[in-house]
Amino acid sequence: MIPAPFDYEVAESAEHAIALLGEREDAKLLAGGHSLLPAMKLRLARPSVLVDIGRLAELSYVRDEGEYVAIGALTRHRDVHHDPLLQEHCPVVSFAAGTIGDPQVRHRGTIGGTLAYGDPASDLPAVMLALDAELVVRGQGGERMVPASEFFTGVFQTAIASAEMLVEVRVPKRAAAGWSYTKMTRRAQDWATVAVAAIVERTNGAVGKASIGLTNMGATPLRASAAEDALAGGATIAEAAALIPDGTDPSTDYAASADFRRHLAKVLGRRALEEAVAR
Amino acid sequence: MAVIETRETFVGTSVKRREDASFLTGRATFIDNLTLPGTVYMAVVRCPYPHARIASVNLDAARAAEGVVAAFSGADLAEDWKGSLPCAWAVTEDIKMPPHFPLAVEEARHQGDGVAVVIAESRALAKDAAELVEVDYEALDATADVERALEDGAPLVHADLGTNECYVWKLETDGVQAALDAADVVVTRRYVQPRLIPNAMEPRGVLAQVGPTGEATIWSSTQVPHILRFALQIVLGIPEAKIRVIAPDVGGGFGSKLDVYAEEALVIALAKRLGRPVKWTEERSENYVATIHGRDTVHELTFAATKDGKITVVKSEAKCAMGAYLQLVTPGIPLLGAWIYNGPYDIPNYSVTFTGVFTHTTPTDAYRGAGRPEATYVLERTMDALAAELGIDPIELRRRNFITEYPAELASGLTIDSGDYHASLDRLLELLDLDSIRSEQTARREGGDTKLLGVGFSTYNEMCGLAPSRILGAIRYAVGGWDSATIRVQPLGSVQVVTGTSPHGQGHETSWSQIVGDQLGVALADIEVLHGDTAVSQLGMDTYGSRSLAVGGVALVHASAKIVDKARQIVSHQLEVSADDLEFADGTFRVKGSPEREMTIQAAAFQAHSAHNLPDGMEPGLEATATYDPPNFSWPGGAHAAVVEVDTETGDTRLVRYVAVDDVGAAVNPMIVEGQVHGGITQGIAAALWEEAVYDEDANLLTTTMTTYLVPTAAELPSFETDLTETRSPTNPLGVKGVGETGTIASAPAVINAVVDALSHLGVTDMQMPATPERVWRAIQEVKA
Amino acid sequence: MSIARKGKDLLRRVALTVNGTRHELELEPRELLVYVLRERLGLTGTTVGCDTSACGACTVLVGGESVKSCTMLGVQAEGFEITTIEGLATNGDLHPVQQAFHEHHALQCGFCTPGMVLAAVSLIESGGATDEEAIREGLEGNLCRCTGYHNIVEAVAAAAGVI
Repeated sequence: MIPAPFDYEVAESAEHAIALLGEREDAKLLAGGHSLLPAMKLRLARPSVLVDIGRLAELSYVRDEGEYVAIGALTRHRDVHHDPLLQEHCPVVSFAAGTIGDPQVRHRGTIGGTLAYGDPASDLPAVMLALDAELVVRGQGGERMVPASEFFTGVFQTAIASAEMLVEVRVPKRAAAGWSYTKMTRRAQDWATVAVAAIVERTNGAVGKASIGLTNMGATPLRASAAEDALAGGATIAEAAALIPDGTDPSTDYAASADFRRHLAKVLGRRALEEAVAR
Repeated sequence: MAVIETRETFVGTSVKRREDASFLTGRATFIDNLTLPGTVYMAVVRCPYPHARIASVNLDAARAAEGVVAAFSGADLAEDWKGSLPCAWAVTEDIKMPPHFPLAVEEARHQGDGVAVVIAESRALAKDAAELVEVDYEALDATADVERALEDGAPLVHADLGTNECYVWKLETDGVQAALDAADVVVTRRYVQPRLIPNAMEPRGVLAQVGPTGEATIWSSTQVPHILRFALQIVLGIPEAKIRVIAPDVGGGFGSKLDVYAEEALVIALAKRLGRPVKWTEERSENYVATIHGRDTVHELTFAATKDGKITVVKSEAKCAMGAYLQLVTPGIPLLGAWIYNGPYDIPNYSVTFTGVFTHTTPTDAYRGAGRPEATYVLERTMDALAAELGIDPIELRRRNFITEYPAELASGLTIDSGDYHASLDRLLELLDLDSIRSEQTARREGGDTKLLGVGFSTYNEMCGLAPSRILGAIRYAVGGWDSATIRVQPLGSVQVVTGTSPHGQGHETSWSQIVGDQLGVALADIEVLHGDTAVSQLGMDTYGSRSLAVGGVALVHASAKIVDKARQIVSHQLEVSADDLEFADGTFRVKGSPEREMTIQAAAFQAHSAHNLPDGMEPGLEATATYDPPNFSWPGGAHAAVVEVDTETGDTRLVRYVAVDDVGAAVNPMIVEGQVHGGITQGIAAALWEEAVYDEDANLLTTTMTTYLVPTAAELPSFETDLTETRSPTNPLGVKGVGETGTIASAPAVINAVVDALSHLGVTDMQMPATPERVWRAIQEVKA
Repeated sequence: MSIARKGKDLLRRVALTVNGTRHELELEPRELLVYVLRERLGLTGTTVGCDTSACGACTVLVGGESVKSCTMLGVQAEGFEITTIEGLATNGDLHPVQQAFHEHHALQCGFCTPGMVLAAVSLIESGGATDEEAIREGLEGNLCRCTGYHNIVEAVAAAAGVI
């Protein structure tokens, strides 16, 4: 319940944060702190210095950028959940943000924090993957764009290098698409046992093209590519849903066995696709 | 006892709680809120292995760390212990009771077993330094499985015992086998009841100070300050007379603080060694290995019955996990259910056997219901199984077997003083509207709905109000079951009530003031209830086992009677009338036929203290103590129903409705009673659907925090529908029976019976607790296959 | 924010406002807000029930919103206005949520109560306490072991004016 000692620096700007990160190898960024501080309280994480970026108001925003909506990395889940621009153009993002943790978590946790932590059980990574979002990563050499499909590299691992920080998330506008984020948890506040994000373009009321993101079905969030391909080839939702577990590698833990997770992915995937088509 | 006339009573009304103000405004006195000048902080180094030989403990680095005052290994402190941490319940003559000292010395026997302590100037520095303690462990084989532990070649928890079998206890009436042989039908079922972690919201904490002449004061988040006081003499050799135990505000217990823990002895021993107050506050993940667990049993239950559903035999054989050591009442927990394996049913032949088993786990002990949920679960599940076997409606089967005449002498040897099980069930069915649930259930099944409804019942009774001391003695429990009350009317009329009970959420201050307010006819505002400090309340047996009202509450009535008797003599003397000519009502003595000649009991108190004009030989003051030892247990009962919705594709099971009708005798404060029912049923529901301490094959605890051990939140639960039927207990003058555990005892089988009912048409006949999505889904797959 | 060094520890000078009173403190970075409130400021109404940010007992209002004070560093609270259970009543009058908890018997042992009350205040003030289901969902971050939540939900509904 008491973290090991560490130093603490307050970043005055993103550039300052990046510079501070470069000074110490085991430095960690502190945004909302709702992934990092719990690990530090159990002394499972022991960074020697925290660089607090939580006060960088300039990185808390939701902006209309024409083709996409830009979300500042320090935008809190609460603000993502309630943002009218996202509710209109990217409703699956605002919806999924409202299912994270509990109200207290959403009051502090940030979109950048949850994506950069790389927890495959978190909600927004699979949503970003399904949406083909782009993540803007800034380092001392400037910014680079990382597609969501290349961002998540392992359990708690991402494409962010040691002296870089995630500054923005760019979510394509998909107001016309049907969507669903269908999640099963043991308790409301828990991480997803399994969840499925589905984005569907309808053709004559049926699924034309679908993107399917999977939460907690492997070391990273995953796309259900086989199911997506089947749908593109004219398969029914039920046929496609049966393919969702293909290529996944879920873990066994207190909430479910790997086999049961594979089963749940099919059921939740089918339900997500059905809901997405209908809305 | 004097006859006490009463006015409109406080008892029976929902007086708002006087306890609330301090909690609602943040002024509670929980242990971690308390410090003394010069306090130092203890951290306990705990064994991370389920079983290990301790080769060496090196404290050099810890002792050299910033802020460290001292550090000790188990060997360093061995001379401080004059006795083992006590177990008060040697359930059989040949029970194996291995010693259990506050720190392990040569061998650690469960994860969390204490190995060393570090004391530092702050909590953080103590924690930092504890990490620097180097313990050389040699990991040994271990098992957390109660059945495997009894197999040949199983890793032994205490090698010198040569077995993991702690005891075998049996209660059997004559003729069980003959009745089994003669039965039309015999049903046997096996049940695994998971290990549960009590999770009082306040983790434990202790603060101790030892004075220059060895007098020790300990503040502890305990349910049992009086029991703790004499236990500490046993462990530390300090005379009880020099020990003061204070239980300040205690944030829930549920049995987990009905114990004597290593840390309670450690802080006193260290405070004595260091000459400074020592404090320890448990962290939650520490609580999961260092505070007792509950349940963890495997039962085989057999019913024999006639073909028309009259049950003739109940026979139970259970293996019950003790954990690695025997805590205060560990071996006795199964026995607390031993006499109710017939439940509310009249069953003439009776056989109950418990095998206590050591495993490499945190010790078990009392968790809400303690022995009675285990019994009621297997009984009520098997009622449904027998109903299915016989093709009799489960409600009808229960009715055919209900006890209906009181006092009811049970085959197990005890006597139920009162009850009306049909009445509770009748009221339950009125509230439930079973017909519409059944038609909705049928419609969903026929419509191919993936979300199916199930309804499950549990009719139950329990023995609580622990307990008649003579019976406790007969079943080898070391201490008595009485309780005490002291009432002191101060010179100006305010009333101090000192109780031997030790509340930690039950609202005794409010309820006790209602009882005394009625008995003495004084305003609630004039009454102050004191508890939880052995210097204030010398006599008491504390709070557990739904005993406080049925024992300590009744002591209040007896103490009040003594006060009224003495006041009557004073008034009689001063008004110069015979005591028999005085009526006492509404706090005032009046002369019969001349009601204008009167004196209030509070005025009499002033006379008692001024002592200017007392009867010859009367001692001044108006104070009385009564101890009350109940002649019988108390016997609440009732009928509960759960309605669940099961998602057959995901196994996700949600509680839709829960209806509880309980008979707890007279309700002193119906609001508090209802609150106890809500909380109790929630803990049983939680066991049925979410909670389970899971160990791997090597006895490592996997559910190590509140994120993986699933205590339900408001979002998982519905509002409850509750009501009371009332048969007053004839055993005590208040007519009360106790309510703390009823809900937990009744609810788990109702929920699981509902889950099985939802899936019964598919062929599902059993479901292990907790009914996780995966278990439910797999049960459906198995019957499909 | 300035830096002072004490021994080998890095201390930070932090100004925060708690229950309307401004405090300037020198904090170790690792001091969690809940311990700052409890041990530095003596505001022990905020309790610690777990070590995994699960139980919500330590909930306080930061800038008017519910936050688990075990999952925020004291140094992160620099400049914020914080309300704890001790600061909720005004001029001796209980806040409507405190009053409703009393009226509806929404507490037993009282340990989760401060956090539960503040979570409820935040929920109501954000407009989220619209009906029973929303209240139950809105309290998902707070564990109570005594009440089964029934009376808590009733109390919050009463305070929110939705029953």
